Amino acid sequence: MIDEIRQVLAEHGRMPVDVDSLSDDADLYQAGLTSHASVNVMLALEDAFDIEFPDEMLRKSTFESVAAIQDALIELGASAPVQG
Amino acid sequence: MTHECCSVVVGADVQSTAEVAESLRAYGARYTRKVFTEHEIKTAGSTIPVAAERLAVRFAAKEAVLKLLRPTTIVPHWRSIEVRRQQGGWPEIILTGDAAELARQRQIHHISVSMSHGGGVGFATVVAQAGNIHEGGQASD
Repeated sequence: MIDEIRQVLAEHGRMPVDVDSLSDDADLYQAGLTSHASVNVMLALEDAFDIEFPDEMLRKSTFESVAAIQDALIELGASAPVQG
Repeated sequence: MTHECCSVVVGADVQSTAEVAESLRAYGARYTRKVFTEHEIKTAGSTIPVAAERLAVRFAAKEAVLKLLRPTTIVPHWRSIEVRRQQGGWPEIILTGDAAELARQRQIHHISVSMSHGGGVGFATVVAQAGNIHEGGQASD
């Protein structure tokens, strides 16, 4: 799951750094993820994992690190990403 | 009895119009419903170029308000900060939910906002008076 999260961040996060250079706990906003890009990351994660983020998760803190995103996805019951 | 009064708090942010347009094209209503209120969507216009400009300034305003509220443990979600267009066209900030609670804790009762767009970005500045604020964003009782 971590690899897929990193792939989504690389494709949709508009990050100025290589996502793979960041630890799972690194603050993505400090690393250059903008709030608006985090919305795109959220929508791309929904597509990749076939889940929907509920209202209570629609906040910046849900996407502040790879680990935080993984926690949110696990809480939503996500497992393997959707293929194709 | 001593009375420690207020601090002026300010927030500002900028948002690329092109990025908003790209999100509108890629995700449409899924994107707008995640971030914007019904009022904001209704007043944004129906064409992507116009909506992108209007939503970019509204997104900038939401982020500017977050900077002003200085959230620590509670980070309000985007729809709890609404830019409402008043009669005459002037914008007003309406807080609900976690954002309203955070403002209450900081003794912020009214937020003034100014927004503009041009050069490919939307820009917003918000100003408010807050109560006796200590570092870390918590108002004292």
